[in-house]
Amino acid sequence: MADTVGGGLARARGGLGLALRRILSGGRKVEPALYEELLETLIAGDTGVAAAEALVEEVREAAIRRGVVEAEGLRDLVAATLAAQLGPAGELQLPGPGGPPGVVLVVGVNGTGKTTTVAKLAARLAAGGRRPLLVQADTFRAAATEQLSIWGDRLGLDVIHHRPGGDPAAVAFDGVRAAQARGRDVLLVDTAGRLHTRAGLIEELKKVRRVLAREVEGAPHETLLVIDGTAGLNSLEQARVFNEAVSLTGVVVTKLDGTARGGVVLAVRRELGLPVKFVGTGEGVGDLVLFDPVAYAREMLAP
Amino acid sequence: MTLLGSVIVSFSQLTDKLNQVFRHLRGRGKLTERDVDEAMRQIRLALLEADVNYKVVKEFTASVREKAVGREVLDSVTPAQQVVKIVHEELTALMGRARAGLTFSPRPPSVVMLVGLHGAGKTTAAVKLAHHLRSQGHRPLLVAADLRRPAAQDQLATLGRESGLQVWAGAPRKAPVDPDGPQVTAATLEVVASGLTEARRSGCDVVILDTGGRLHVDETLMEELKAVRKAAAPSEVLLVVDAMTGQDAVNVAEVFAREVGIDGLILTKLDGDARGGAALSVRAVTGRPIKFVGTGEKVKDLEPFHPDRMASRILGMGDVVTLVERAEAALDAAKAVELQKKLRRDEFTLEDFLDQLRQVRKMGSFQELLGLLPGVGRMKELRNLQVDEKEFSRVEAIILSMTRQERRDPSIIDGSRRRRIAAGSGTSTADVNRLLKQYSETRKLIRRLAGTGRDARGLGRLF
Ligand SMILES: Nc1nc2c(ncn2[C@@H]2O[C@H](COP(=O)(O)OP(=O)(O)OP(=O)(O)O)[C@@H](O)[C@H]2O)c(=O)[nH]1
Ligand SMILES: Nc1nc2c(ncn2[C@@H]2O[C@H](COP(=O)(O)OP(=O)(O)OP(=O)(O)O)[C@@H](O)[C@H]2O)c(=O)[nH]1
Ligand SMILES: [Mg+2]
Ligand SMILES: [Mg+2]
Repeated sequence: MADTVGGGLARARGGLGLALRRILSGGRKVEPALYEELLETLIAGDTGVAAAEALVEEVREAAIRRGVVEAEGLRDLVAATLAAQLGPAGELQLPGPGGPPGVVLVVGVNGTGKTTTVAKLAARLAAGGRRPLLVQADTFRAAATEQLSIWGDRLGLDVIHHRPGGDPAAVAFDGVRAAQARGRDVLLVDTAGRLHTRAGLIEELKKVRRVLAREVEGAPHETLLVIDGTAGLNSLEQARVFNEAVSLTGVVVTKLDGTARGGVVLAVRRELGLPVKFVGTGEGVGDLVLFDPVAYAREMLAP
Repeated sequence: MTLLGSVIVSFSQLTDKLNQVFRHLRGRGKLTERDVDEAMRQIRLALLEADVNYKVVKEFTASVREKAVGREVLDSVTPAQQVVKIVHEELTALMGRARAGLTFSPRPPSVVMLVGLHGAGKTTAAVKLAHHLRSQGHRPLLVAADLRRPAAQDQLATLGRESGLQVWAGAPRKAPVDPDGPQVTAATLEVVASGLTEARRSGCDVVILDTGGRLHVDETLMEELKAVRKAAAPSEVLLVVDAMTGQDAVNVAEVFAREVGIDGLILTKLDGDARGGAALSVRAVTGRPIKFVGTGEKVKDLEPFHPDRMASRILGMGDVVTLVERAEAALDAAKAVELQKKLRRDEFTLEDFLDQLRQVRKMGSFQELLGLLPGVGRMKELRNLQVDEKEFSRVEAIILSMTRQERRDPSIIDGSRRRRIAAGSGTSTADVNRLLKQYSETRKLIRRLAGTGRDARGLGRLF
């Protein structure tokens, strides 16, 4: 899906990329003030102080090792360090043909973009030849089913849902059965937004996961945390709790079409080892970018 | 959950950090400028970790420093206290000193227009606000002016219906508007205009306008918002901001304020543990007050914002004012006296625990009340003490399934008793274990508080 990667790369040039290139531009020498600016730029992008300091420190050491004295010479180092800290590129890992249906569970706090991301992932999988089934395990939020059903209609995909107030795990169960009956090879399970501080709601989510794990071999094959790109360091707390509760496989960062930089993913990767798999760049169904840290960092800092 | 508890949770980490700084300062006795600088560096870090905008942090620490290195502070006998006081004052100032209410138009209907980024909580806030205004004797009409997001109007209609609130989603149309088509703006303006007519017709004195989420950099959508503003002539435009927002909150708020114009803010999702730096930053850059905060998904979860109380909580000073207000409203005085005696004698049993839970539930959660006590916000173990609404009935069932003896002396509850209690209360042994742990933690805490005279008195009043 080269097109989506390309779309993401164009974005790399703005925001953080622009700010970094400005700092690391022609004529400047490598000096303490420059590292200070680098640090500030990262912090302003929501990386948090610890992750920013770690990155700058690594760059500083590499610069000394290689005897870099021109600011421009730091660009490659910053790109390489960023890429390394962000981890591998994040295609979905789903069972192949002949295997059980792939199960993708989408979780997160309120309003981050879960439902929209489920629709986007479904469109992407369908375009790749898969036959997805949408499952609305959000039985709480007003009109959550209507919202996903509208996406389902637009994409020509079925949506499994229950009545408002129903048991989310029961919807998940029905979803699995329906996928088997209708010959669908991927289940995309949307869940209600829940704050990670609500122990009862986290328990409810664990139950959804347990049902999926019991009903499908190896499921859920992907458990994605949707993080709002405009959010700050609280996302790290979210990632910590959700990861502990339902073993995340990666994160999706949404709303990066604004001026927010979603730098918190650096901290999430650093502290929890979770890779960014996709980036959301708009409200449309095509606005989902497969995230490739190496290409992204390179593009961000290229002259 | 209510604001009280949530704020304590929200700011607890920041509070920890700041208290560390202050403890260090106190330990030093007399302060030099160097000490103050080191303290400022730490405060800077703590605020950044709380998502306060880095520019705001810079100005804040500079202004605190300026005041703190003045002679009267450094030479005072309690310099650390002075610094704490300055930080507290400046934090309060940063969030706007006084409580700001809504303005109504002299010619009804008054229009309150909600704007903001995607998923910030506008639709939910609209319903909460309508509910709040109705309880104050107003007749609100909710107008669903988001024609883009799938099922946005449905969402408002459903929420309105559930709360018995009147919702207007436009005159019935033959075919739905294509959300990506060119007619959306016109259709949106039509909903707004017909909403105003409907309000007049049905005698509503306030119109609450829910608009679609939009990015501040989306020119087309910002133009649309300006057009809506012009058509609706609101007496209040409120920017809805998610408390979890990071550094970008300031950019967003600045652009909305400049382009559309805003009169105040609603800060949502404060029921989580977001440290809420947005609260500090947004007010600072827009000069507009935070008028309400959202503290949950339910329609009643909206509270007025109190800057001074918030600052106290940030600094771990507790919120005794609120605590006393609430306690007086809910507690049984005779029982309190009795409990106080028990506490002093360290005889706090599971029966008392249950009794407390029942009373405290009338005021809010146990956790949030403890959090209001000075100093308690700092105690880590308390934050894990989860007694949420749903769990309450489980706790009650478990305690009621115990024998009297067990309630008085939980140490006798062994494995087989646990299984019996779990079966009797329809819970699991894990639930029973958790409760016993909570009880023992509460008891530990009480011992600790009872150890210091002043806090013990405070606790007596609390219960
Ligand atoms: N600009 C932009 N908006 C997005 C993006 N992803 C989602 N949104 C918008 O964000 C808002 C919330 O999206 P939802 O998908 O409803 O979020 P959710 O996490 O399912 O919300 P809850 O179920 O209420 O917790 C909607 O207005 C979406 O259109 C994105 O990548 N960019
Ligand atoms: N925990 C909590 N959740 C909230 C609060 N306010 C809103 N929410 C939730 O946040 C999510 C988004 O809320 P909405 O009211 O749909 O947000 P919106 O700004 O109208 O979203 P768009 O119209 O898509 O831009 C929903 O899941 C709400 O239930 C709050 O104060 N606390
Ligand atoms: Mg949703
Ligand atoms: Mg809305």
